[in-house]
Amino acid sequence: MGVAMQPVVYHVENLEKQYTGRAVVQIARVEVVQGEVLCLVGPTGAGKSTLLRLLAALERPTSGVLRFGLQQRPIADIPLAERRQIAMLFQRPLLLHGTVQANVEYGLRLRRIRRYSEKARGLLNQLRLGEIAQQPALTLSGGQIQLVALARALAVDPQVLLLDEPTAHLDPAHVALVEEVVREYQRRVGATIVWATHNLFQARRVADRVALLLDGQLIEVARAATFFETPADPRTAAFVNGKMIY
Amino acid sequence: MHILDPELWSIVWLSLCVSGTSLIVSAVVGIPLGAWLGQAQFFGKRWISALIHTGMALPPVLVGLLVYLLLSHSGPLAELGWLFTPQAMILAQTILALPWVIGITMAAVAAVPADLLAQVRSLGASPWQLRWTLIREARQGVVLAVAAAFARNISEVGAVLIVGGNIQGHTRVLTTAIVLETAKGQFALALALGAWLLFLALLANLVIIRAQGRPWV
Repeated sequence: MGVAMQPVVYHVENLEKQYTGRAVVQIARVEVVQGEVLCLVGPTGAGKSTLLRLLAALERPTSGVLRFGLQQRPIADIPLAERRQIAMLFQRPLLLHGTVQANVEYGLRLRRIRRYSEKARGLLNQLRLGEIAQQPALTLSGGQIQLVALARALAVDPQVLLLDEPTAHLDPAHVALVEEVVREYQRRVGATIVWATHNLFQARRVADRVALLLDGQLIEVARAATFFETPADPRTAAFVNGKMIY
Repeated sequence: MHILDPELWSIVWLSLCVSGTSLIVSAVVGIPLGAWLGQAQFFGKRWISALIHTGMALPPVLVGLLVYLLLSHSGPLAELGWLFTPQAMILAQTILALPWVIGITMAAVAAVPADLLAQVRSLGASPWQLRWTLIREARQGVVLAVAAAFARNISEVGAVLIVGGNIQGHTRVLTTAIVLETAKGQFALALALGAWLLFLALLANLVIIRAQGRPWV
C-alpha cells in the first residue's frame, strides 16, 4: 500500500529545536503516516532522541510546525486523551519503585482500565519476563529494564509508538524477540512506529521507510529498499556503506 | 503520679493530639509545597531554599514568643482567644515543623531523576498523576520528612511552655510536665515521663518505617 494513501499522523515543517541557542533539530519537511514503521538512523548526537521527544510532546519546538493526529493539532495543544495515544520507550528507560508487574500496569492504572493485571501478565509472558513479574523492578539488569519498559509502553495500546534504541542492551535472541513483538503489535493494532536505531541491519529488517538524520537535519527519507539500495543523497550512501561522514 | 493515674493519661493523650495535629497540618501544607519546590525552576529558588533551611533551625522559644505576641491581648490574632490553649500549642508546633517537612521533601523530590518524570508523562500521566507519582517515588524522603517533623514536635518544650502555659489538665504535655517535675526535684517521675515520651516516639517510628515500605527486620 502506498504511504501517501494513509492518513497523516505527524506533519513536520521547518521544525527547529534549540538548546542554549544551538539548533539540535532542524527539519525542513516530513510526514509520518498511519501504520508505517519509520526508522530514524544516524550517528550519535544526530538529534534522533530530541526528535522523538518532540514527537512525544515532551518538548516544545523552538519554531516551526509540528502537527499531530487526525485533526492535525499543533503538538503543544493536544489534549491529554490524544497525548495518551502516544507512548515512548526511552534509550535509557527508568522504572518506578515496585514490582516489575506494577510497572507494566502503571499506564493502565493511569487510564483506569480494568483487568490491568491480566494484560500486564500477558505482555510479560510474551516478552519472557513472566518469572520475574513479582521481582522489585529496581533490581533488574539493563536488558531486563529495556524489556519491561517495552511491555509498559505496549500495555497502553498506543496508536503511535516511539522507540529510542529499544534493543541497545539486548543479546541477539532478545533483539529478535523485541522486533517480533513490535511488528506483531504493529500489524494487530495498525500502529504507527517511529524507531530510532544505530543498527542498519535492524532498520532493513523492520522499516517501511528509513530517514537519515545528520547534525539535526533530515538528509533523506525513502522506502527501505530505496534507502539502502539506491539512495538519492551521497551522504546516505556513505552512511549506509559505513564510511565516516560525521 | 503513677501509671494508672488519669492525669498521666491525659498528658500523654494531649501530647499526641498536639504533636499529631500539627504534624498533619504541616504534612498537608508542606509535602505538596516541598514537592513543587523540588521540581520547579525559578529565579530566587536558592534564596527560598536558604530561608527554609534557616527555618529548620528556628529556636522553639523564639517561635513561642512570636506566637505569644500574635495571640496576646494586644496581638493581631487576639480575637481567636487561643492563648494558653492546645490550639496555640498546635500553631507553634506547626510553624516549627513546617520547614522540616518542606525542606526534606524538597530535597527528596529534587533527587528523583528528571528523565523519570518525562517517561511517566510519555505513558499518559495527567499533571496531577505526575505529581502523585513524583511524591511516591520520593516516598523514602517524604516519610523521613514526616518523621523528623514529628521528632521535632514531640520533644519540643520551649514553644508549648510559652503559649500553652503548662496548665494542669488543660495544656500540660509530656515535655512541660518533665520541666515541672524536674523543678520540683521529682527526678524519678521526670525520668518516667521521659521514658513515656521515648516510647511514643518509638511507636511513631514503627508506623513510619511501615509507611516507608521497609521490612521489619
